[in-house]
Amino acid sequence: MLAHAPEGRTSTAYDYTATAGRQHGQETPVLSVEGVTLQYKTKDHLVTATYQVGFDVHQADRFVLLGPSGCGKSTLLKGIAGFMKPVEGEIRLDGKVVDRPGPDRMMVFQEFDQLLPWKTVLENVMFPMLVSHRWGHKEARERALAAIAKVNLTKFHDVHPHMLSGGMKQRVAIARAMAMEPKILLMDEPFAALDALTRRKMQEELLLLWDDLRFTVVFVTHSIEEAIIVGSRILVLSPHPGQVRAELNSHEFTHAHQGGTEFQSLQLRIHEMLFAEDFEPEAAEVRHG
Amino acid sequence: MADVSMSDGAGRAGRRLPPVRPERAADRRQLGYVGAVERPLSLWERLYGYAWLRRLFILVVLAVAWELYARWINNPLMLPSFSEVVGALYEETVHGPLIDRTFTTIQVLLIGYSLGLTLAAVLTTLAVSTRLGNDVLSTLTAMFNPLPAIALLPLALLWFGLGIPSLVFVIVHSVVWAVALNTHTGFMSVSQTQRMAGQNYGLRGIRYVVLLLIPAAFPSILAGLKIGWAFAWRTLIAAELVFGVSSRSGGLGWYIFENRNQLLTANVFAGLLMVIIIGLLVESVIFRTLEKHTVQKWGMQN
Repeated sequence: MLAHAPEGRTSTAYDYTATAGRQHGQETPVLSVEGVTLQYKTKDHLVTATYQVGFDVHQADRFVLLGPSGCGKSTLLKGIAGFMKPVEGEIRLDGKVVDRPGPDRMMVFQEFDQLLPWKTVLENVMFPMLVSHRWGHKEARERALAAIAKVNLTKFHDVHPHMLSGGMKQRVAIARAMAMEPKILLMDEPFAALDALTRRKMQEELLLLWDDLRFTVVFVTHSIEEAIIVGSRILVLSPHPGQVRAELNSHEFTHAHQGGTEFQSLQLRIHEMLFAEDFEPEAAEVRHG
Repeated sequence: MADVSMSDGAGRAGRRLPPVRPERAADRRQLGYVGAVERPLSLWERLYGYAWLRRLFILVVLAVAWELYARWINNPLMLPSFSEVVGALYEETVHGPLIDRTFTTIQVLLIGYSLGLTLAAVLTTLAVSTRLGNDVLSTLTAMFNPLPAIALLPLALLWFGLGIPSLVFVIVHSVVWAVALNTHTGFMSVSQTQRMAGQNYGLRGIRYVVLLLIPAAFPSILAGLKIGWAFAWRTLIAAELVFGVSSRSGGLGWYIFENRNQLLTANVFAGLLMVIIIGLLVESVIFRTLEKHTVQKWGMQN
């Protein structure tokens, strides 16, 4: 039993047993990462960011890549997005090897400047739909308005991004990605630059959206708490170079369970996995409630 | 719990704790002497808010100072008064050749400017698409940017003879490096996130440059356009001073030179004033409007 009874829609622990036919092994994954090693060059070093990392992401997964700084989680996401080619291993999306960036994997970045400042909110959301030629102008506009309504920004659809707060900008970025109906949504620490209150609100909104649309998302974070709340499955990576430490389930936890004993024991378990060997203590973000 | 930690702290010598005060809560109060939460500004405050009005004031002060000083030294050959110059400007515009001369100058200028911009666009496109193009651009700009266009005039005269082609040549030289340098810097400073966002949508090649890089780098591009314009304008007037265009009508620079030879100082000033007026118009009307509807609206510049 869960320590806190779910109350209201935000805190529903989604009923995974209801998806009866869906058991592991029966379904092909949306995204499969197999033995992927990623390297990048700095000015005078060749850095191995991840070493032989493998995992599968299934339809409607909220898959979290979690680890301290230096575990290559963002690099891994760039690999999935197609900005980097693995030196070893393979990344497949719906069975096809990923070899370049494309609109079937929409990315939400941490930085607020991911929105194009010369376009209004509406134009920003429409832009990828138009340049990918997947929708005509009229349809793109309707879809964009619907997506903007989903993130509660209808009032602001006509303003330029510099008029928005950080949280609103991230919501536009999410709407923009969502409207494209990508096969998979990639989020690179999307809430890391927000203040704690906004961050929590955004996590709740993201979960509500997921409940509504059941998209597939890969979410990068360095916060154990955020990973447990946002994720349904967590890939724990250890740093230098990034390697898989564990793959855990967290689908039964939401904000409502925060502070509960099971939540805390999972938090502690992950914390010990990451910091038992004392890699980088400054990245610790566990709140002992 | 709080009590425990406090008595702990108080126990240690030399470590003071803040006094514990009662809590307080207040209802909303009426504003006192500061007046309303919001009030309209007075007429004077509002007028002072207009930049053009402040500038106009400065211009009026300068004109008055000029007028007074010119009357005081009383030597129209050396320094005609402001009113004389304005009179000459009116005469020469309405009845004289000034408009004609200005038109000639602007025509040459526009040809040179647009040629320069085209060349700059080609160079920067090459520079962002290939590494060699990048090296070509940076080497050429490093070499030619410091070279004053007017220094090339003798060579231009040798190659193209007296006439418009020589003028166009020096204008192109003065425009292309400044614009190319600025545009290239702008492209280079487009944020990594915006680049990745663009590529994420599947933008590639020329579409990537046109739909993403150019608008993202627009503040720098606009700065380049302005600098290029100013360089072209100055270079042209200077070049015209050195030689008049061989055909029937010379440009503004030639007009100034001619009138100085005839010791018509007021007309010289009228010509100079025309140069200033056009410079101001282009800067404060064309470029300002462009700025207002692009980079300012987009919040890329305040």
